[in-house]
Amino acid sequence: MRQQPVLEVRGIRKEFPGVVALDGVDFRLYPGEVHALMGENGAGKSTLIKVLTGVYQSDGGEVELAGEPVRIAGPLQAQQAGISTVYQEVNLCPNLSVAENVFIGREPRRFGLIDWAAMRRRATELVRGIDLDIDVSAPLNSYSIAVQQLVAIVRAVDVSAKVLILDEPTSSLDRDEVRQLFTVMRRLRDQGVAILFVSHFLDQVYEICDRMTVLRNGRLEGEYLTSELDQVALVSRMIGAELAGLDQLGGGKRRERTARTGKAFLQADRLTRRGAVEPYDLDIRPGEVIGLAGLLGSGRTEAARLLFGADQSDGGTLRIEGAVTTLRSPRDAIARGIAFCSENRKTEGLVGELTVRENIVLALQAARGWTRPLSRTAQDAYALKWIRALDIRPGNPEALVRNLSGGNQQKVLLARWLITDPKLLILDEPTRGIDIGAKAEIQKLVANLAEDGMAVLFISAELEEVLRLSHRVGVLRDHRMVAQLDNDGELTPERVMATIASGAHQ
Amino acid sequence: MSTATTASTVKAVTRSRLFWPAAVLAVLLVANLAFTPDFFAVRLQGGHLYGSLIDILHFGAPLILVSLGMTLVIATGGIDLSVGSTVAISGALACLHISESTDPGSLATVLTAVGIALGTALVLGVVNGLLVARVGVQPIIATLILMVAGRGVAQLITDGQIITVTSDPYKMIGGGYWLTMPFAILLSALVVLATVLLTRSTALGLLLESVGGNPVASRLVGIRAMRLVALVYVFSALCAALAGLMVSSNVSAADGNNAGLWIELDAILAVVLGGTSLNGGRFSIGGTVLGALIIQTLSTTVYTIGIPPETTLVFKAFVVIAVCLIQSPAFRAKLAARAARTRRTTRPHPAAPTNREVGA
Repeated sequence: MRQQPVLEVRGIRKEFPGVVALDGVDFRLYPGEVHALMGENGAGKSTLIKVLTGVYQSDGGEVELAGEPVRIAGPLQAQQAGISTVYQEVNLCPNLSVAENVFIGREPRRFGLIDWAAMRRRATELVRGIDLDIDVSAPLNSYSIAVQQLVAIVRAVDVSAKVLILDEPTSSLDRDEVRQLFTVMRRLRDQGVAILFVSHFLDQVYEICDRMTVLRNGRLEGEYLTSELDQVALVSRMIGAELAGLDQLGGGKRRERTARTGKAFLQADRLTRRGAVEPYDLDIRPGEVIGLAGLLGSGRTEAARLLFGADQSDGGTLRIEGAVTTLRSPRDAIARGIAFCSENRKTEGLVGELTVRENIVLALQAARGWTRPLSRTAQDAYALKWIRALDIRPGNPEALVRNLSGGNQQKVLLARWLITDPKLLILDEPTRGIDIGAKAEIQKLVANLAEDGMAVLFISAELEEVLRLSHRVGVLRDHRMVAQLDNDGELTPERVMATIASGAHQ
Repeated sequence: MSTATTASTVKAVTRSRLFWPAAVLAVLLVANLAFTPDFFAVRLQGGHLYGSLIDILHFGAPLILVSLGMTLVIATGGIDLSVGSTVAISGALACLHISESTDPGSLATVLTAVGIALGTALVLGVVNGLLVARVGVQPIIATLILMVAGRGVAQLITDGQIITVTSDPYKMIGGGYWLTMPFAILLSALVVLATVLLTRSTALGLLLESVGGNPVASRLVGIRAMRLVALVYVFSALCAALAGLMVSSNVSAADGNNAGLWIELDAILAVVLGGTSLNGGRFSIGGTVLGALIIQTLSTTVYTIGIPPETTLVFKAFVVIAVCLIQSPAFRAKLAARAARTRRTTRPHPAAPTNREVGA
C-alpha cells in the first residue's frame, strides 16, 4: 500500500562543540503528505532541517532521496535534489523586488541577459496562484513579514516541488494568512509534494498534518499518525517524563487579576511617532502586566520601542516615576530601569558568536561601563544561576549562543535583562516560535515577576496568552491604540478579537 | 583510556584559535633551517643579542604595533586604511622637530618630538573615529581619505626630501638596545601586553566584540557604541604613530614617500591570519601578533633564501594564499572529505569498521 518514501534518513548524527544536537535520528517523508516534526526547543528539529537542506553537514548517518543514497553538500545541492525550505526567519533579500526574490539565481534569460518582463510576468502568475495580490516589482521589505513568508514559499515551491520544508511558517502570520497558507499547502500536497511542517501551534499541526515525527533531546521518540495520537499524548511524548509542567498548560485556573492601584511607574500621554504609531496613552504600575494585542504590523512593537528609546517619539510626553522624560537612546531607558526583549532574537537581541555567559552579562556590563568589569566569578555565578533557573539547555555557559535553539536563546535574552533588575520589563513576542514547555515556564516567570512588583508590558499575537497574564489589554489596530480592556475575568479572546476587527473604542 | 585522553587533548589544542597561526609560523621558521642552518642561532655580541629570530622580532615590531590597532578596529567591524600614512606623518613630524632643534641630542627635544607625533596621531584618530562613528561614513571610505591625503601631508612636512637626524635618544626607539634586547622589541611587547590588559581585564574586549558582532543588538543593550568605535580609531592611529617613530628612528631618517607604505595591507593580513574575522566580533591579540610574525618571517625568508626581488611579492602572495586556506576550517573539512573518499575507493572493503567512527 505504502509507496516508497521520497526522503528517508537513517541514524543521522550532528554534534556541535559541547552539544549533541542529533543522535541517531531516523525519519521518513512520503510524497503527498504533510508531515509534522515535533519536539521541544533543543530537541533537534531545526538541526535536522538544516542537515536535510545542506546547511549543516551531518557527522554520521545516511540520507536517501527516492531510494538513492545522497550526500547533501550544501543548500544548492539540496535545492537541485528537490528539497526547498522556508525558514522561521525569512531568508530572502529584503531590498530586492518580489520578482527578483522569487527568481534569484535562476532568472529567466534572453540572449544571455535577464528577461525582466518575463520575470515579472511569471512572478505575478505565481503569487496570483496563491491568491496573493501584490506588485511583484516592489521591494520585498515594503510588504509585511507575512507576505514575505508567502513569497518565500512561492519561491521554494517554484524552485523544486518534491520536498518542501516549512520551519515555523505560521509564527508570524495572522489567522487569515494561516488559512491561506494551509490552502496552498493542501493544494501542493494533492499535487504530490511532500511537506515537512514544523510549528509550535498544536492545533495547526492537528489541522493540517497526516503524520508526525517526535524528537526529544536529539533522539527519535517515535513516528505517529496524527489521528492516532491525541494532543495530550503528544505533549507527554515531547517532554518525556517531565510531566510536571503540564498543569499550567491546559486551561488551568486563570490567575487572580485585580487591577492594581498606586502610582504609575510609566505614563505615556499622547506619545507618538510619525509613520510608526498614532498618539497613545498608557499607564503601567509596578506589579502590573499590560498586554498589547493586535495583528502583526498593527503597531504593537512600534509603541513599545518608544517606551525604550529604541525609536524616538516625535510627539506627546513620557513620564517615568512622575518625571517628564525624554529617552534619547536605549541606554537612557535602561538607566531608568526599563528592559526590552526584542521579537527579533537573532538580529536585535543576541550576539551569536559570543557565549551564553557573555550574552547574559552584556546588558549589566554595558550599564556599568567598560571600566568596571564584572569579575569572571560574578559572570559565572550569574550565568549558572539563570541557566539553572530558566533551565537553559545545554547548561554550558561557554556554549556559543548561536548554537542554541530558539527557545533557549529567548531564555538567554530574558536572563540578560533580569540580572539588570528592571522595574519595567517589555517583552515583545517572548514565546513566539518556542515550544510548549518553555512557553509555560516563561509565562509563569512573567506572572511571578509581576507578583514581586515588576511592571511588565507583554506583547503577543496569542490572545490566550495575553489574557492569561495581563491585568489590562491594550488593543492596537492600524498603528492606533483602539481600546484598553480590563481583564476582569469576563474578557474573552473573542471580545478582544472583535475589538481588533471592529476597531471600536471602549 | 590514556590514548583517548591524549586524543582529546590533541583535539582541544588543535581547536584552539591560536593553533593554526602558531603552526604556520613554526613551519615557516623550520623551513628556513633548510636554507640557513644557523637560523635559530642567537648569539651575544658586545652586550647585544643577534640572530635571525631577533631580527624578525626587531623588524616586525612596527608591524605588530600597527596590527594591534588594526585588530581592535576590525573587531568593531571596521577597517583602518590610514595607518600607513600615519606612520609616515608621525616619523616626518618627529624628525622635522629634531632636525630643526638646536640640540638634537637632548632627551627633552626627543620627548617633545614624540609628543608632537603622538599628539598629531591623536587628532588624526579622532577625525577617523568621528567620520566613522558620528557621521556614519563607511570605515573603508573614511580612512581612505586620510590614507591618500596623509601621504601628501607627510611629503609636505618633509618638503619632499628625506630628513635625516642625528640624535642618540631618538635612535634608541627603533635602533637601540636595552638589556641586550633591541628596544623596539621591548616597546612593542609592552604595548601588546598593555593592550591585552586593557581589553581583557576590563570589559572593553567584550563590549567591542559585541558591537562588532551585532551592532543593532549592542545599541539595544545600552552599549555606547559610538564612543567605543571612535576610541578604537584613536588607538589605531596612536599605534601607527608609535610604529612610525620606530621606523624613522631605526634609519635615523624620515621618508614621507616610503615610510609605512602598504603597511596597512600587511596589518590587515596579520589580523586575518591571526584568526580575527573581517566581519568583526571576536578578536585575538595573540593571533594578531603571530600573524604579524608570520608576515615578517616571510619577508626575512624571501631575503635569506635568495628569491629574486622582482618575484618576492608573487612568492609572498602564494604563501599567504596557502596559509589562509590551511587556516580555513571549511577548506580543511573539504580536504579531509576528499582524502577520506580516495581512501574509501582505494580500499577493498569500504564498510570496514575502522572507517566508521560515528554511528552508535
